[in-house]
Amino acid sequence: MRWLWVLMLLLPSLATAYEAQPLAANPQAEARLKALAVELRCLVCQNQTLADSNAPLAEDLRREVREMIAKDMTDKEIIDFLVSRYGDFVLYRPPWKLTTTLLWVGPFLLLGVGATGLVFALRRRQKKVTDVILSEAEHSRVMKLLSERANRP
Amino acid sequence: MIPEIGHYALILALCVAVVQGSLPIYGAAVGNSALMAVAKPAARGQFLLVLLAFCCLGYAFAEKDFSVLYVAATSNSQLPLQYRLAAIWGAHEGSLLLWMFILSIWMVAVSFFSTHLPEAMRARILGVMGLVSVGFLLFMLTVSNPFERLIPAALDGRDLNPLLQDPGMVIHPPMLYMGYVGFSVAFAFAIAALLGGNLDAAWARWSRPWTTVAWCFLTVGVAMGSGWAYYELGWGGWWFWDPVENASFMPWLAGTALMHSLAVTDKRGGFKAWSVLLAIMAFSLSLLGTFLVRSGVLTSVHAFATDPKRGLFILVFLAVVIGGSLVLYAWRAPRVGLGGGFAIISREGMLLANNVLLIAALGSVLLGTLYPLFLDALDLGKISVGPPYFDTVFLPLMTPAIFLMGIGPLAQWKQASLPALAIRLRWAFGVSLVTAVAVPWLMGQWTPLISLGLLLAFWILATILVDLRERLLQAEGGSIGGRVVALPHAYWGMVLAHCGVAVFILGVTMVKGFEVERDVRMNVGETATLGGYSFRFDGTQQVNGPNYVAARGTFHVSRDGHEVTMMYPEKRRYFVQNQTMTEAAISPGLLRDLYVSLGEPIEGGAWSVRLYHKPFIDWIWGGCLVMALGGVLAVSDRRYRLAWRRKEAAVPAATQMARPTVS
Amino acid sequence: MNRFLIPFGLFVVVVGFLAVGLTLNPRELPSPLVGKAAPEFSLPQLHDQGKTISSNDLKGKVWLLNFWASWCGGCKDEHPVLIHLAQSGVVPIYGMDYKDQRNEALAWLKEWGNPYSVVAVDEPGRVGINYGVYGVPETYVIDKAGVIRYKQIGPLREDILEKKILPLVRELQNQ
Repeated sequence: MRWLWVLMLLLPSLATAYEAQPLAANPQAEARLKALAVELRCLVCQNQTLADSNAPLAEDLRREVREMIAKDMTDKEIIDFLVSRYGDFVLYRPPWKLTTTLLWVGPFLLLGVGATGLVFALRRRQKKVTDVILSEAEHSRVMKLLSERANRP
Repeated sequence: MIPEIGHYALILALCVAVVQGSLPIYGAAVGNSALMAVAKPAARGQFLLVLLAFCCLGYAFAEKDFSVLYVAATSNSQLPLQYRLAAIWGAHEGSLLLWMFILSIWMVAVSFFSTHLPEAMRARILGVMGLVSVGFLLFMLTVSNPFERLIPAALDGRDLNPLLQDPGMVIHPPMLYMGYVGFSVAFAFAIAALLGGNLDAAWARWSRPWTTVAWCFLTVGVAMGSGWAYYELGWGGWWFWDPVENASFMPWLAGTALMHSLAVTDKRGGFKAWSVLLAIMAFSLSLLGTFLVRSGVLTSVHAFATDPKRGLFILVFLAVVIGGSLVLYAWRAPRVGLGGGFAIISREGMLLANNVLLIAALGSVLLGTLYPLFLDALDLGKISVGPPYFDTVFLPLMTPAIFLMGIGPLAQWKQASLPALAIRLRWAFGVSLVTAVAVPWLMGQWTPLISLGLLLAFWILATILVDLRERLLQAEGGSIGGRVVALPHAYWGMVLAHCGVAVFILGVTMVKGFEVERDVRMNVGETATLGGYSFRFDGTQQVNGPNYVAARGTFHVSRDGHEVTMMYPEKRRYFVQNQTMTEAAISPGLLRDLYVSLGEPIEGGAWSVRLYHKPFIDWIWGGCLVMALGGVLAVSDRRYRLAWRRKEAAVPAATQMARPTVS
Repeated sequence: MNRFLIPFGLFVVVVGFLAVGLTLNPRELPSPLVGKAAPEFSLPQLHDQGKTISSNDLKGKVWLLNFWASWCGGCKDEHPVLIHLAQSGVVPIYGMDYKDQRNEALAWLKEWGNPYSVVAVDEPGRVGINYGVYGVPETYVIDKAGVIRYKQIGPLREDILEKKILPLVRELQNQ
């Protein structure tokens, strides 16, 4: 039985020998790169993130970012590095600025205006429409009367 | 010779369209039946002419006629026949012809299925559609003629973009255009009603099925585009908030809002002006999409080769069609009556609240898509608006919309009571809340977003169950089966479509929450493990396609020692454009997709490989299909069939303003 | 006011922007570096690998920095313009051979002519990133103090040279 134990001890090491290696030397750094790169725009491409693009410039920029991560720079420092060279255009998440206020506030402004507009419209409508709102019992009586009429030849 | 026939057919079609766009509308204004009667034969004649042109272009592609500029630019002698035919809509000129062809299909459909409408209404509808087609035919004949000759002829063509050489290309654009152009029917109904001044509940009833059918096509079209991007672009994403994607999503949002507001107009006669505005918006956004894709004002992965002349033409066309409609709207809408009354808390009120949310969502997409252009035009700098923005803004807008979606169907028409609703729905809410918190926790990864997504999906399903139970208890028809049949198709359609939304949300939540990916470097014989599956790389071999050569990798996938599947991702090099394409291998499944894509060869037969395990991703498109099926079911409702059956009896009397009253 | 006119009003605004948009080029990015000090570099020279060229050597004069490569199509388009400018001797042009093979770059200059005073070699493209280059050719006008005054993205044309670059260069030279 001893050989079986030996075999069982050997098996995992055999398996690791054939286990594919991660492409990146440092998977944590790579995960950080990925998280950064999906929010950055590839400048030469039509409309792709830095993470998705195979363009040479995108590869160079990923290399730069990787080096900055290795130098322990913060995400903010890395992003500032890119913005100082390429402008806000590289950011897929536009920064909050005077010029982008409308962009960020707009959707909720729209919702607010829409909701107020709807409530006002409904209120005004209720005043104008003379139609009485029937109670449940009245409603079913009307339906009954109507169906009787419809069934009459 | 054949291309010239196609060209002449387009010129003739333009003449017919001018007639169709003028005489019937004038006839309707002065009450001349003979002029109004021109509409129907004109629509059908135009269809035949455009069909002829379409066939001529198809023939030129099939016969590899490289003396036609467009054929030479978008195909090649080595391109397989099905892709040569799909290349008809592979670039700007031909896709316009497809657009035009589909517009003529919708016109013919209207000419056949509108016999129950009053004569003047029908004449105006076909007239408005004729005017739209005048614009598109003029566009083609002036600056985008697909039949333009190339003299001397090219020896061979420049080939279709390899990205487009895919079965998705054969069906996605026609589906999408069926949706886009389908909204022209709802638009024509709205404009006809504004012109005639007879904007009433009957108008809403008539345009409802058309809107729903177009919406179904658009839903399927958008979903297919997303699925295609997922498997073709090779990086596993399925929605990028690209301007062109947004251009297809905005009409969808407007169409969805329109379907719901038409329900209010149909039922209560209220908010007619709002419904008309939505009908105009849905089609306007389709046109705006065409402009964005073809003018080059925005950069996109999917954009057509652009030309400022074309951009200018569409812009002028856009200004005339939409601007004209909105002026007409401003002139006529104030005279529209109010319709029946209803309380703020009522089914109607909730449908309209959902409308507000949908339109706010639509507005955000529009704002995000055009904002870079606004800033650039004002010289305030260049920015990019991408997925992080849209994800951030969309969630808070959609959450209340989905919440209302659960309550709305249970609320009474005219007046509902919130406390009563709360009592009816308390179990649904409790159960979905508990499940939404528990499930991700049991799966070992709890985040607020996953729980929120699951809560929304379960909420929809739970409220549907409550509603179904109540209705089946109330329904007449004896046995359960009988009661199921007794409920109208329109109701089942709504249930199905809402289930589709739940399925969609489940898919999105699970993929975003639980997807895993790995980038590995694989030597032949090595194994990588992901999501419980082992992928063994068995090397690559060369494969020769009709117009490409590929390195095809073989991956042996197993789970717990049992073989699951073999996967064959490819890296293709297309000869003509000398372009490399990544063809990912996907093993689809109900609960997960496995996705393998080859990166670059590394020394010694090793490759860089990207592996994904994507749980529930197919539910995203499955959900869209279920939504579309719901739409189909709703259109098959008895009332519409009755309306169409009744038309035969109504034909002799159709010269009067006979309005079928179907309830 | 007629509230039903609001949609039309919004539409007019959007169409106005779209019309302006037609005249703009979405691919052209203004550089945030204009008005800032040109990033420093010190790189080997293309023609004499033993020597280096440094941006500090160029302080005190107005110069053009032109990013180019032998693989770049637009560079061939602008090349006659550069040759013409170099012959006039108004302003020295320094070349930056961007992500290129040395022998191919040398062959390219031999075939089409060499307008550059000195060509620096940026093989890994790092200086390019520091200058915010995203597509070659790109040309920078740098003043006596080493500040970037103008950036041309894409091929230079005679009209751009006459209307923008040369007047700017003369003004900077006279400072």
